[in-house]
Amino acid sequence: MTDRPENEGLDVQTIDPAAPPPPAAGEIPVDKPVSTFRLVATLAVAGAVAGLLIVLVNLHTKPIIDAYRAEQLKLAVYEVLPGATRYRTLYLVDGALAAELPAGAKASDYRQAYVGYDDAGQRVGVAASRGESGFQDVILVIYGFEPDSGVLLGMKVLESKETPGLGDKIFKDQDFVGQFFARPQTPLITVKAGAGKGLPGEIDAITGATISSKAVVGIINHGLAEWQPVLAQGIPEEAP
Amino acid sequence: MRTTTPSQDFVRGIWRENPVLIQMLGLCPALAVTNTVKNALAMSAATIFVLTCSSVLISSVKKLIPKEVRISAYILVIATFVTLADMMLQAYAPVQHKELGAFIALIVVNCMILGRQEAFSSRNTVYRSLLDAIGTGIGFTIALVMMGGFREILGIGTFFEIPLFGPNFEPWVVFVLPAGGFLTLGFIILAMGYHAERKKAREAATA
Amino acid sequence: MSDQTLFSIFFSAMVVNNFTLALFLGLCPFMGVSARVETALRMGMANIFVLVLTSISAWFLNTYILVNAPYLRIISFIIVVASLVQVVEMVIKKVSPVLFRQLGIYLPLITTNCAIFGLAIFQTNRGYDFLQGFVFAIGAGLGLTLALVLMASIRETSELSDIPAIAKGTGLTLIIAGSLSLAFMGFAGLL
Repeated sequence: MTDRPENEGLDVQTIDPAAPPPPAAGEIPVDKPVSTFRLVATLAVAGAVAGLLIVLVNLHTKPIIDAYRAEQLKLAVYEVLPGATRYRTLYLVDGALAAELPAGAKASDYRQAYVGYDDAGQRVGVAASRGESGFQDVILVIYGFEPDSGVLLGMKVLESKETPGLGDKIFKDQDFVGQFFARPQTPLITVKAGAGKGLPGEIDAITGATISSKAVVGIINHGLAEWQPVLAQGIPEEAP
Repeated sequence: MRTTTPSQDFVRGIWRENPVLIQMLGLCPALAVTNTVKNALAMSAATIFVLTCSSVLISSVKKLIPKEVRISAYILVIATFVTLADMMLQAYAPVQHKELGAFIALIVVNCMILGRQEAFSSRNTVYRSLLDAIGTGIGFTIALVMMGGFREILGIGTFFEIPLFGPNFEPWVVFVLPAGGFLTLGFIILAMGYHAERKKAREAATA
Repeated sequence: MSDQTLFSIFFSAMVVNNFTLALFLGLCPFMGVSARVETALRMGMANIFVLVLTSISAWFLNTYILVNAPYLRIISFIIVVASLVQVVEMVIKKVSPVLFRQLGIYLPLITTNCAIFGLAIFQTNRGYDFLQGFVFAIGAGLGLTLALVLMASIRETSELSDIPAIAKGTGLTLIIAGSLSLAFMGFAGLL
């Protein structure tokens, strides 16, 4: 760029949107208009750098997050299927159980059931999770059951935002939770504590948290109603 | 020209211009995640991280950002650091991440952070912006821990999960509920207003 | 996809887990809304409109674009929200200049309104599909409007009362909000 003569008189600046603004000889005046290209370019560069940074950190953290999630699921499955030491995942694809997903499908789009096996290789039971509205917000429960007899093996509340001190007893009160382990009869019926007839399918609700208790029972009943017919068709064999 | 000293830039955000209690910015996280002290500290840590990194970065490149797109650029920077904070929290403190939930992502719309960029970082040196960010962050932490402490002590009976009262303590559950968040902040504001009135009356009396 | 019924999503978003009184979203307009019911109503309506558009955009992004890059979620959401509000502002300006003038400063404020961004994030975390998200947005918007109108009408009435000086302003607003929040807790368990 050649040097401009000292005094050019009127200095007309034309803005060419396609070209970057010419470098000024001295200070950049405050109200000099900036070309659209420069605006877009700045944001594009910023976006690219941001994207790169995020991708790098993601590469580092994703394995850690996935491992933690898998571990939590494993612990939950073992808790509701007492005696299980390993499990495998089955997917509900088009109304039937499948051991594998169709090519390119995302696991989270499909209902999943977890079949648990003990050390001897015997099937302990099946576990599944379900979320429905409780008193305050959605309660997420994982429950384990024996598909042939319908016996409820266990349950664990995974997520709940129920009222502290009342509704949160659904996972804090061990007496309440214990009722769901080795319960011989399903579907379950909620009864007020002490008012039950002693039937095998009865669950005593928590005093002062009837709705939360009923919600947990409802979740398990609905879940069983959904899975039992499907499982009755048979569980796909494991690949050797 | 900047007429304040570096230490003034630092101290200002801690109390006198406290972002939550005086400027009333960043109320969403202040009310939502202060049901326990642990949550309050986790949220404060994440926010300080985002605020400090954003301030330093924006202050370093302030000359490169055209005025017209500055808000979009600030938001882009802030959103990036929030994403990083979210990922790292999920990897290294998964329990806390679950408790804070969606509110980590909501740091990106915390008026306080955008406000500091617009009001300070975009016009000052990196060093001063760093001080301003840390000072504001400390002020934010103080406000949140105050709220968290009040709510946890009265609502659960513990402080940072350490039980303070005997087993016969009947917790005042309302304080860990959403209503309690509003009430707690309201009481704190009222107390501060009362204190300011008394101070003014004292000064008027001795004048 | 979530197991909740459409009605329970709608009702929950509107009253049981009201966006403002239970989830603490949308506080900026809530605290600063003038003590005039009419303005509150208009602000609420504008919010509903932006919320529904955001819900649809978020669903679209989640389903088609972010599938392979979930970590870009926050950035893409905030860009969409900011652009959406700009577009809505331009549309209102053109279609109804009267409305535009009446809304005044409130429109740009919707961008940093936690509620809009919060809706996108909550919708994603709960895995709502298109219809569930749509219903969620309407419920949330109506709930926001309800909270705004209630607060405005209470403040309108309280202007005639004798309030101690230190309580005037934010202190009183927060206590009122706390009472409203407590009242809304009565809706829990209705489903």
